[in-house]
Amino acid sequence: MSEESIISLKNVNKWFGDFHVLQDVNLEVKKKERIVVCGPSGSGKSTMIRCINRLEEHQEGSIVVDGIELTGNLKNIDNVRKEVGMVFQQFNLFPHLSVKENITLAPIWVKKMPKAEAEELAMRQLEIVKIPEQANKYPGQLSGGQQQRVAIARSLAMNPNIMLFDEPTSALDPEMIKEVLDVMVDLANGGMTMIVVTHEMGFAKTVADRMVFMDEGKIVEEASPDKFFNNPESDRTKLFLSQILHQ
Amino acid sequence: MNKINEVRKPPVATTGIIGWLRINLFFNWTNSLITLFVIYCLYQFIPWILDWTIFSADFKYNYLGEQITNQEMCSRNLDPENGGACWAVIYVRFYQFIYGFYPKVEVWRVNIAYVMLALALLPLLYARLPYRKYFLYFTYIFPVIAYFLLNGGLGFAEVSTNKWGGLLVTLVLGCTGIALAFPIGIMLALGRRSKLPVISMMCTLFIEFIRGVPLITLLFFGMVMLPLFLPEGIDMDGLVRVLVAVTLFQSAYMAEVIRGGLQAIPPGQYEAAKSLGMSYWRMNLLIILPQAIRISIPPIVNTSIGLFKDTTLVIIVGILDLLGIGRGTLADTNWLGLSYEIYFFVSLVFFIFTFGMSRYSLYLEKKLKTGINMGAD
Repeated sequence: MSEESIISLKNVNKWFGDFHVLQDVNLEVKKKERIVVCGPSGSGKSTMIRCINRLEEHQEGSIVVDGIELTGNLKNIDNVRKEVGMVFQQFNLFPHLSVKENITLAPIWVKKMPKAEAEELAMRQLEIVKIPEQANKYPGQLSGGQQQRVAIARSLAMNPNIMLFDEPTSALDPEMIKEVLDVMVDLANGGMTMIVVTHEMGFAKTVADRMVFMDEGKIVEEASPDKFFNNPESDRTKLFLSQILHQ
Repeated sequence: MNKINEVRKPPVATTGIIGWLRINLFFNWTNSLITLFVIYCLYQFIPWILDWTIFSADFKYNYLGEQITNQEMCSRNLDPENGGACWAVIYVRFYQFIYGFYPKVEVWRVNIAYVMLALALLPLLYARLPYRKYFLYFTYIFPVIAYFLLNGGLGFAEVSTNKWGGLLVTLVLGCTGIALAFPIGIMLALGRRSKLPVISMMCTLFIEFIRGVPLITLLFFGMVMLPLFLPEGIDMDGLVRVLVAVTLFQSAYMAEVIRGGLQAIPPGQYEAAKSLGMSYWRMNLLIILPQAIRISIPPIVNTSIGLFKDTTLVIIVGILDLLGIGRGTLADTNWLGLSYEIYFFVSLVFFIFTFGMSRYSLYLEKKLKTGINMGAD
């Protein structure tokens, strides 16, 4: 086991009913590393990152996040979730709360932060994602790109060590994708450990330290972006890349 | 081509009162015919009902100027051609309709409780009430105050609940049933959706059993069987037994209504809350329930109105609510045959309360909707 790994998946297996969705997945992520995961739909990439903060349970193997092993122990799960932020494809903002309340809710109730301090923090996070003027609106009044940036700000407010992105731009109109990716690039440059499931290959090329390609529940190829895009080893990867780059 | 910048107004005939009439009442000849027919019916009915309830009605004195003390003195019994409703029966029995058989010397306590109930409802009805927070504190302690005020204790003389009746009983049953069933219903709904099989099974069993049994059966159950389950020496008050039955009944329905709301919340909301490190209770209290209850307001009010009306069933276990007092009055030889007046009055009182509840739910829906688009989360 490598000492610097902040996330370590060993022989992880998971089934949905009879469907073997993760098959002997092994992945080591170092601190401050940016990993981009891609692959066809149904390949298990979302399931894999959802296992990292225990939104899904793995059935075999071990997952260790920041020195905490994920088991049925609820205390451990809570501790891991405090370390790991997550951004979803569908944003999942809380529609009954204003933008500011969306961001302050977890710091106030989970971290017991005083309200004034939490609101200050929320405004700082909104500055980072460049929409401080939307603080008092409700999610339903924002565009998709703005909502996703609020979702990023909401995660960052918990001061996580690791950020997981589950297809963050897939539900967005094309002209809004860039504003979200820009925020993610800033975040990556700031030294955040990130695992990003995405099909944005431009983003992958500029940001990723390592590419992970998954198919049928297995990690097929793991390589630096340079090697991955220019000289992939597996035929499956070549096929996938030819399809995704010529669409 | 400059004209293109001018604001074009819609054609005159489709807006305003005339436009509305044309579109809604006289769109084509069948539509016009129905409109005319309805106007004719209203023309026949409205003058008649106004005449019967107000213009030709007796309130305290009959048309001879005598004070009415029994049904034979009603104008409509003295002279069937001229008389309207005989409201004197309500006037004479008003005390019973409102307080039942509550001792007259202690009735100020009931009056204070009525006023306090109105005060307790105020912060719920008006979100912009000044000092709302303090009013809300009062709302929370009101049930305790009302208990001692109505029942006695703390220096007040005891008034046994079998002396309570009329509107007092209706309001006590309705308000307590609705207020208690709401939190119990939430717990049952969460319990039924719990991942722990024992809890989920117990809640499901409870809900299905209570829902599968008519309220009347539960009332009999409360009256006859509940004392058997209690330790010896503890005697449970009759009204409390009925209250237990009514609350259990209502909470089962409330649980199903709220479960419906819970099911409408997308799984992403749970995932987002969990990924932020929230515990089960925080997630439900802060994220899930506020949204689920908001969705469920119409059915929550619907079942609450249903319960308020169903409280009239307590008559079969010998408790006289508003309708019970009405039926008692009808059985009195002095007021025999005045069923129109009595049922009209009882209906009117129920209607005022239930219509108020329905208006309140519309106001709530409107208020909570502002700025929220549940579909665009």
